[in-house]
Amino acid sequence: MDKKRLQSIYETMLTIRYFEDKALSLFEENQLRGSVHLCTGQEAVAATVCSHLRDEDYITSTHRGHGHCIAKGAEPDKAMAELMGKAAGYCQGRGGSMHIADVTKGNLGANAIVGAGLPIAAGAALSAKLRKTDQVAVAFFGDGASNEGVFHEALNLASVWKLPIIFVCENNQFGISTHVSKSTSVQDIAVRAKAYDIPGEVVDGNDVFSIDEAIKRAIKRAKAGEGPSLIECKTYRWYGHWIGDPQVYRTKEDVESWKKKCPIKRLETYFLENKIMTQQELTVMHNKAVEVIDAAADFAISSSDPDPAFVLDNVYCE
Amino acid sequence: MSMRKISFGKAINEALHQEMERDDSVFIIGEDVAKMGGDFGVTRGIWQKWPDRAKDTALSESAIIGLASGAAVCGLRPVAELMFADFIGVAFDQLVNNAAKLRYMFNGEVSCPMVVRAPTGSGIRTAYHHSQSVEPWFMNVPGLVIVAPSTPYEAKGLLIASIRNEDPVIFLEHKSFYSIKGDVPEESYEVELFKAEVKREGRDVTIVATMSMVALAEKAAEKLAEEGISVEIIDPRTLFPLDKDTINRSVAKTGRLVIAQEGPKVMGFGAEIAAMVVEDVFEYLKAPVKRVTTMDVPIPFSPVLEDYVVPTDVDITEACKAVVEF
Ligand SMILES: Cc1ncc(C[n+]2csc(CCOP(=O)(O)OP(=O)(O)O)c2C)c(N)n1
Repeated sequence: MDKKRLQSIYETMLTIRYFEDKALSLFEENQLRGSVHLCTGQEAVAATVCSHLRDEDYITSTHRGHGHCIAKGAEPDKAMAELMGKAAGYCQGRGGSMHIADVTKGNLGANAIVGAGLPIAAGAALSAKLRKTDQVAVAFFGDGASNEGVFHEALNLASVWKLPIIFVCENNQFGISTHVSKSTSVQDIAVRAKAYDIPGEVVDGNDVFSIDEAIKRAIKRAKAGEGPSLIECKTYRWYGHWIGDPQVYRTKEDVESWKKKCPIKRLETYFLENKIMTQQELTVMHNKAVEVIDAAADFAISSSDPDPAFVLDNVYCE
Repeated sequence: MSMRKISFGKAINEALHQEMERDDSVFIIGEDVAKMGGDFGVTRGIWQKWPDRAKDTALSESAIIGLASGAAVCGLRPVAELMFADFIGVAFDQLVNNAAKLRYMFNGEVSCPMVVRAPTGSGIRTAYHHSQSVEPWFMNVPGLVIVAPSTPYEAKGLLIASIRNEDPVIFLEHKSFYSIKGDVPEESYEVELFKAEVKREGRDVTIVATMSMVALAEKAAEKLAEEGISVEIIDPRTLFPLDKDTINRSVAKTGRLVIAQEGPKVMGFGAEIAAMVVEDVFEYLKAPVKRVTTMDVPIPFSPVLEDYVVPTDVDITEACKAVVEF
């Protein structure tokens, strides 16, 4: 992978990491409400996949969607303002953490109904096909979502119609408290691709390079009109399901062992070992990301609340 | 009966424990209901006592409802939990096209005694997909029973009655109630289904209020009493099929009706009440019926917006004054 792309993936991962840290601290300071799901530990997936997408390509995201949103080009300022329910947010504060959407950047929304994004992304891919563009769509979803009916319905039709879509499963091993082994008939969700006669592959979701190879193959296939692919990225969420989750269902040791597999650290090690970047350069990038996120938080905090007078706008076409 | 103050959530938990104890055919099923004890902690302690009768499922709402109804027509009494009432959307077919109609489809030869517990309503800043008031989605589906308690006492007694009921019940738990405490007897007891409760007696205006609106109606009634307006409050408790008599009788007495509900106005719960009253006791009405409802809009996240679209006690007070002054 060329250095520029790698650095850009790295920068995105840092932005996501610090964004999530900030969301957590704002929540703890009571500045942020509602149901907030952090993707810390899973940054490599969104950052690497979206590094191959253009603005005109589509994604659908999930309740754990801050990372996807940032990786698809959202400005942290407006994303943070949305989390805080402010007028300057991507959805004017109407959506909050679970519903950030940024249609101009091809982000067809985080979604608080698990699995709902899959057929929507397939619809976006169908539109690309019928409009004869070379756009592709990516549906991000969790392991839990692969047990919803819509997962199966979407994969089937996407396969039958050879839609330009990539189904990217972030298998972080849990649906809230339920371990994937207790809820899912297969060990590897990628195996489910077989049922729909499409390629399915398992990759290390904390490894930028493995994800990169898989997504490149899948995009090539999609653009060649050969249809969808399923990529399962094995990863782990560091924090609870939502902020405030007591996490009785897993051990501290388990969490700690996964923190050792930090996708960001891993890429840094690669940079250092291969003399692509120096420690000093890495520190500069960290500091820059911290600055960006601090500024985003300041922006969000100082933004005004939405004006209720406009609350009915956009229920219907005016 | 030995009373103590416990929370709404604890009252439901106690009802589940007591029914599990009493009847082997009762079991719970849902996402994270067993080991974790439910997203709101309502099913805590059940799996520890009855591991075989507490089923953690995959994320598969259609299957949860379908499995429950299949088990119910074959002799069990499932209590399914949908983590949020909004997710019934994913399981709509199983509930509306199947569970609701199985008794009818099978010539009355079977019952489908299942309960679907579902946290409903707004107020906890969770936006479009976790805040809706779903009752009207089901109010024109004959075969379903919709139960909506507004106190911990009712929550326990109505849930026990729902579990013992022979037809599918959607048991709505307003999510702002879970930590609210009230007097609840320790023993098992039933609160009668299909029976409205007069929460406060009055002469001048009837308020029919559901769930979160009951407490707001009481606040409004206090305020109005100071101004010499006497309010009668009725909580239907079973929203469908409805205890028409209690409401009609009250409106015949006061001659005025305000309905307070969460959820959009159009085709909401209040629409049915208004239509019923106009059909049944029109000659007693001294003023047009008024509805106090959530605005016709998805529930937005931002606290200022959510608070703006959901009705307040002031809205209820004003509606009462308007019908009294008509
Ligand atoms: C249809 C639906 N069912 C249940 C939920 C509640 N819920 C939200 S996230 C979640 C777990 C999702 O697990 P997974 O898809 O693996 O994503 P993760 O949270 O691990 O990122 C559940 C059960 C929901 N939001 N929507």
